Amino acid sequence: MKILEMNHIHKSFGELEVIKDISLSVAEGEILSIIGPSGSGKSTILRCATMLETINGGEIIYMGEKAAYTDNNGNVIYAKGDKAKKINSNFGLVFQNFNLFPHYSVMKNITDAPIHVQKRDKTEVFNQARELLEKMGLLDKADYYPCQLSGGQQQRVSIARALCMNPKILFFDEPTSALDPELTLEILKVIRDLAKEHMTMVIVTHEMNFAREVSNRIIFMEKGVIVEETTPDKMFNSDNERTKAFLGKYHNMG
Amino acid sequence: MSFSTMLMQLSSGMVKSMGIFFWTIILSLPLGLFVSFGRMSKNPALKNIVKVYISVMRGTPLMLQLMIVYYCPFLLFGMNIRTFRFPAIIIGFTINYAAYFAEIFRSGIESMPVGQYEAAKLLGYSKGQTFIKIILPQVIKRILPSITNEVITLVKDTSLAFSLAYMEMFTVAKQIVAKESTFTPFIVAAIFYYVFNFVVAAVMEHFEKKLSYYR
Repeated sequence: MKILEMNHIHKSFGELEVIKDISLSVAEGEILSIIGPSGSGKSTILRCATMLETINGGEIIYMGEKAAYTDNNGNVIYAKGDKAKKINSNFGLVFQNFNLFPHYSVMKNITDAPIHVQKRDKTEVFNQARELLEKMGLLDKADYYPCQLSGGQQQRVSIARALCMNPKILFFDEPTSALDPELTLEILKVIRDLAKEHMTMVIVTHEMNFAREVSNRIIFMEKGVIVEETTPDKMFNSDNERTKAFLGKYHNMG
Repeated sequence: MSFSTMLMQLSSGMVKSMGIFFWTIILSLPLGLFVSFGRMSKNPALKNIVKVYISVMRGTPLMLQLMIVYYCPFLLFGMNIRTFRFPAIIIGFTINYAAYFAEIFRSGIESMPVGQYEAAKLLGYSKGQTFIKIILPQVIKRILPSITNEVITLVKDTSLAFSLAYMEMFTVAKQIVAKESTFTPFIVAAIFYYVFNFVVAAVMEHFEKKLSYYR
């Protein structure tokens, strides 16, 4: 079953068209990585998928329900009210710079929205939060504040926060770009563990080897279009000149 | 007049000064928050009206504003304003301080990183929840030093109520000075204001410390 379908997405910032007719879909349990140079639009497509940006054309469908579509006059119509809430509860997003709430403890960061937005039972939410923290190796940090944690720990809290909402699909927007190589490994391990549990994920990343290892499918984007979309092995043995050039630069680095 | 009588009179004036202070704080802080919403509104008409209001409040003397608020009901409607003195003072102080507080709130709200709103949106918080639970607590921490500044100024500004012959401490002190030909009441009044502000500053510092558990 398709969790997410994005069809013929267009997105412009003023005159600048950053997403040019992109279509992609993600099936349940699938892990999709999106790679590409800076400014290629890969973060923007993630922000469109998570409703942080409004699209200028195309349609976004979660679990068969239209979150946004373009009518016959070319106007984009977004789902509203309870329907929008229901659709938005399907996905979570892990930000590049964590965006934890600094005035809330680790535990409150994770449990506040499940309790006060989803109106779930407190005991059940706290139990789930403790399980998640244990999985992240942070159970002893439950009462800490974000400013007392390292970047890697903060990012793990933000992953736990997203997971505690029980999303069907989790998006990662360059989750390791603000971290040093050691902390990056911490986060990649967490994502790897989620992959083993068949969590559906879309990962925008610059970690090429990681993308190759963890994904079922990779999209290479440049200048707002999908250059190539294939399996990791095919991507890294691609005949496409542009793909080869981009990946080659990373090989030379390492 | 004995020293103790003078102290008694000044103390009762001090109570009235504190009345102006507390009423103004209680009313002008919430009003200032709402004014800041108007100042940041996307509606250009509302935004410009609020801009003019803030500009006038900051651009004219508070003493003059107090007089206008007090005498206007009489000049415009011929109302009897004898019992209107205290309400006029509170209204005058409140609308003046709300303008300053509004700009402080605006600076705090606009300094919040957009990521906090985005994280809240992704977690499904409504706009109201986002503001009350996520944004406002962090804004208060950021603006507390500026609020302290204004609050301390307000303690001293209560003395401007003398212009409406309201019997707060400064008015009382001036009367005793004139009647008894002694400078002592001014010294005592200065000490009273200073002690009051010392306490106010200590209380505000306590709030700041309480909020220093995070960065």
